[in-house]
Amino acid sequence: MEPISIEGTTKTPTVKFDAGSGKIEIKGRSIPENSIEFYKPMVDWLEEYAKGPMDKTTVNVQLEYFNTSSSKCILDVFKKLEAIHKAKNEVVINWYYEEDDEDMLEAGEDYESIIRVPFKMIEIVE
Amino acid sequence: MSFDVHEYFSKLNGGDVLVAYKGSITTDLINNVLEEIEEKMDGADEQAKIKKKVYNVLVESLQNLYHHIEELPDQLKSDFESKFGILVVSRKKDTYRISTGNFISSGKIKFLKDKIDKINSMSVDELKDMYKFILNHQKLSAKGGGGLGLVDIARKTGNKLEYTFQHYQDDYYFFNLDVYIIEENK
Repeated sequence: MEPISIEGTTKTPTVKFDAGSGKIEIKGRSIPENSIEFYKPMVDWLEEYAKGPMDKTTVNVQLEYFNTSSSKCILDVFKKLEAIHKAKNEVVINWYYEEDDEDMLEAGEDYESIIRVPFKMIEIVE
Repeated sequence: MSFDVHEYFSKLNGGDVLVAYKGSITTDLINNVLEEIEEKMDGADEQAKIKKKVYNVLVESLQNLYHHIEELPDQLKSDFESKFGILVVSRKKDTYRISTGNFISSGKIKFLKDKIDKINSMSVDELKDMYKFILNHQKLSAKGGGGLGLVDIARKTGNKLEYTFQHYQDDYYFFNLDVYIIEENK
């Protein structure tokens, strides 16, 4: 499978999806006016990846900001990961948040309560 | 007499104003405002936490405007640019205020008013549940709006959303929303 590699901008995150290593990374800011277009390739990619995933898929999400338009698309990404996990493959979502950023921690906990995939909340201490 | 949008705008321009704008709400405008606010807040000796909150709430406020602004009817088009909205971000002591405003047709007022009143009546836990419910059950509109903006703003600020609907002319009202972010003790 072709990996996804997208450079971040001031409104969209850096994205790296690599099937060979089972590593998935979304990092930076996600605040586009319309996020559907941006996230669709990722959801499609995961649909394909789900047919033959690695034994372990590691997901690193490290967002500085994300808007509510992105929040639904991120949930769609997580739902694809949930399906992979449900099919008895190991999946872990590492949710990074900056020190003192309670809003970002809470956002991670919201997802954790909706999606049945193990989450790890990781505080970034500078 | 109809509501005077320009006078209202100048009244909002009190205190320490970070950004004041009236005109078309476009993607470029949103980008410029976000950049400007970020620079100003980086320059000010401000806690990272409050900077983030202001930035986050500003993103939602602007994108709410962007997604919901209606095309003006012909009789208003001569007075106002298309997609007309106002935005004022100001600071007074330890409180940031984000004011946004846009025209709205009377038929849409009830839905919006009911939604804001409902949000304002909710506890922290109820807001969290409402957010999660909408997140999980409602589809994004074609424009990318998700019906989550106001709920998110209320959660992040922890304050009530203050609003007015002022009659402008005929079927048109001016909707103003004030959002407050209060800095915790340093």
